[in-house]
Amino acid sequence: MVDVTVIGCGVIGAATAAMLAKYDLSVMVLEAQNDVATGTTKANSAIIHAGYDPEPETQMARLNVEGNRLCKEWAKQLDVPCKEIGSLVLAFDEADLAMINELYRRGVANGVPELKLLSAEELLAMEPKLSHEVKGALLAPSAAVISPWDFCLALAETAVKNGAQLKRSAPVTAIEKIEGGYRLHTPQGVVESRMVVNAAGVFADKVHDMIAPHAFTTHPSRGEYYLMDKSQGALVDHVVFQCPNKDGKGVLVSPTVHGNLIVGPNAEPVAEGDDVAVTADGLAFVRRQAAKSVPEINYRDSIRNFAGVRAVTDQPDFVIAEAEGAPGFIDLGGIKSPGLSSAPAIALQAVELLGKAGLTLKEKENYVFERRETRFKELSSDEKAKLVEKSPAYGRVICRCETITEGEIIAALHSPIPPVSVDGVKRRCNAGMGRCQGGFCGPRVQEIIARELGVPQTEVLQDKAGSRILLCKTKGEDAQ
Amino acid sequence: MTEYHELIVVGGGPAGLAAACEAWEKGVRDILILERDKELGGILNQCIHNGFGLTYFKEELTGPEYAGRFVKMLYSTDVKVKTDTMVLNITPDKEIHAVNTFDGYLVLRAKSIILTMGCRERTRGAIGIPGDRPAGVLTAGAAQRYLNIEGYLVGKRVVILGSGDIGLIMARRMTLEGAKVLAVVELMPYSNGLNRNIVQCLEDFDIPLYLAHTITDIEGGDGRVSKVRVAQVDENRMPMPGTEMEFDCDTVLLSVGLIPENELSKNAGLELDRRTNGLVVYENMETSAEGIFACGNVVHVHDLVDFVTAESQAAGRSAAAYLAGNHAAGKADLEVKTAGHVTYTVPQKLRLANVEQSAKLFFRVNQVMPKAIVTVRSGEETLATFRREHMAPGEMATVTIPRVLLEKANGTITVTAEPAEEI
Repeated sequence: MVDVTVIGCGVIGAATAAMLAKYDLSVMVLEAQNDVATGTTKANSAIIHAGYDPEPETQMARLNVEGNRLCKEWAKQLDVPCKEIGSLVLAFDEADLAMINELYRRGVANGVPELKLLSAEELLAMEPKLSHEVKGALLAPSAAVISPWDFCLALAETAVKNGAQLKRSAPVTAIEKIEGGYRLHTPQGVVESRMVVNAAGVFADKVHDMIAPHAFTTHPSRGEYYLMDKSQGALVDHVVFQCPNKDGKGVLVSPTVHGNLIVGPNAEPVAEGDDVAVTADGLAFVRRQAAKSVPEINYRDSIRNFAGVRAVTDQPDFVIAEAEGAPGFIDLGGIKSPGLSSAPAIALQAVELLGKAGLTLKEKENYVFERRETRFKELSSDEKAKLVEKSPAYGRVICRCETITEGEIIAALHSPIPPVSVDGVKRRCNAGMGRCQGGFCGPRVQEIIARELGVPQTEVLQDKAGSRILLCKTKGEDAQ
Repeated sequence: MTEYHELIVVGGGPAGLAAACEAWEKGVRDILILERDKELGGILNQCIHNGFGLTYFKEELTGPEYAGRFVKMLYSTDVKVKTDTMVLNITPDKEIHAVNTFDGYLVLRAKSIILTMGCRERTRGAIGIPGDRPAGVLTAGAAQRYLNIEGYLVGKRVVILGSGDIGLIMARRMTLEGAKVLAVVELMPYSNGLNRNIVQCLEDFDIPLYLAHTITDIEGGDGRVSKVRVAQVDENRMPMPGTEMEFDCDTVLLSVGLIPENELSKNAGLELDRRTNGLVVYENMETSAEGIFACGNVVHVHDLVDFVTAESQAAGRSAAAYLAGNHAAGKADLEVKTAGHVTYTVPQKLRLANVEQSAKLFFRVNQVMPKAIVTVRSGEETLATFRREHMAPGEMATVTIPRVLLEKANGTITVTAEPAEEI
């Protein structure tokens, strides 16, 4: 029997596992998909919110503001791309001006540092590409942009490096209460665990219902996005929000941490938590709304559309509690925005709840919370020269749009959580993230995956199970 | 340590090969080609169909054969080649940073540079096709590489969006390999591909072409494509309700346009043309930086490699003249503007001192015109008119303007094309 099992390896599950791995415990992580960070974690606005949105005195307000600080600290320690670029909430009329005043008040109460209300002149001097219809804005310098999937990966790798076990393609299908803990059923076998953390994202309500009386319902809310070429990445320097409405924080325009521009999302209720299709109407709505903030976005420079699903529930706040009648079974459900920003603080709270439930938290001596990645593109000429001299694979550029070398792809394939798909490689080292979207490098990445992992090229997946890229060989024994 | 060369050619595809061969022919003796792929020849290596060389060699060759002729020519010279070498940065004062596995990190300097980076395909993200994002949605060129270079079939039941030449060629190629191509779907009321490809790749194989149609939805969850929906579009290119068709398929190939690859040019601060996404060039294929020339698809997307060869030889000659000091630098005497149905021209600028007998302008039109009149004007004055039969957006057109007429122009010339009733 293991001490704790974390169900789900999105950013919430990964952060919790990384924090648990600090202690003298046996930790198991069960992930339904073939890789970590494949649900809401990989498809969202990638913003570390400052924390002025949540109502003061709520759990969400506290976790957001504490999480904002910790995200930036952890990103530094784990070498995760993260930039503190600050955010703006634009006001276009009297009602909006009242709203940004209200957000200012909330932010001050929540302890958000350095908030400032800007006049239209100050704002346009700072961001000349904004619509000249603006009447003012709220500036929150502590907001940041991050690579959310890399943040999740870094945390999951930290957990694994410190002794946690990760099983992928292991969705939990049933949970039984047993003497001294729980028995979790997965297609990969049974896991017995003293305590359980339910971090199953949009499916957390279903996992909860496997062991406890129904307590919350996820109403998945889909958001669609445009990702633009880096040529559009300097259009604005801050995360640009409009005033929040009943559906959330509205359509934003923001540079990404990789230098692209992200535009979106809309908010559309969907029946299934894994419905991440994009729609013509949804994208048209995003373009229309974004034009109010930044009129000059050139959609000819779009390089990808995607959608993500928010784990919105029937409850206003996050669901962070021990499940009723299930001692040591902790729900981390309904982690909608600002969930990514709050992840570190949610993880710490989960550990605290496990402690209260009787888990002994004795710190290990050799816990390592540190990671260093080699990113060829970011090195100076001298550093590049030295690196290629030492390991020539860094001299072969595979992804020409993002300048990702074979050395980086090989390193990703031998990392603590090796990817099994082309998109898994992309999440780890950015190959295929650029303007040609893997058109040129896809076949070569596939070849390297097949070689390094010792599998036939036809079995290399695009992303999730069933996403085969090649159907068959045309010649030779394997031809069909 | 910095390495010096007279001429560095960035790219070893058809443009780079022809430019380097011609520069050698014209007396340049220190030439280096930098090629990112493992072999010379560029995209021609995966174009194993025939139809290349009809204009230049007066015979019908496959892509690899066409490239092979130039590679052979190159091997008879002392032009140096580095393959598997990626150029990372080019500066306006002609310093090139590159990297490979055998030399490591390279800093090179050249007296002259010819840019031939080619182009890339537009992707699903650029055109925003709604629906799921399963595997099995690929650009036609990626599918071509898998099939012709690596020997893998990407799918068995295929719908192709876009009727560009690569899409048409792949419709035939996939059919020959045993796949079923269910439809080629084109947003515009006409095809952007060459007429001969419509006939030889679609009609000969009974593959339906749906003009003025588009894909409105892709199904397949996060697995593999399972179905697409196709609808007719109205004159604003918006899908019309009630016209939907469904195709059960496992693959969607995209042939929806090519974009010149000018990231190196942008970083070097060279002037680009928003209409072509290519480099702005003078009459001698010189870019906005003195001594840096460009040719092939990095300047504008060509339909026929034979034209790439001709353009690249011109660039090679110009680089040789520049290195020999026989070159008029400085500002343009004439800016070439467009009107009517002409969408762009190459070159965009003319310096008469570098024009010998005449200047040749390449251009495209934005609608199909069975008969057309092309007019070159300067202000109100008509310098020349040309009658043309069958002009189409998919087929590049040219006019050759004698120097004596250009001398009459004042500051700008304007090229227009209008439909003509009779000839």
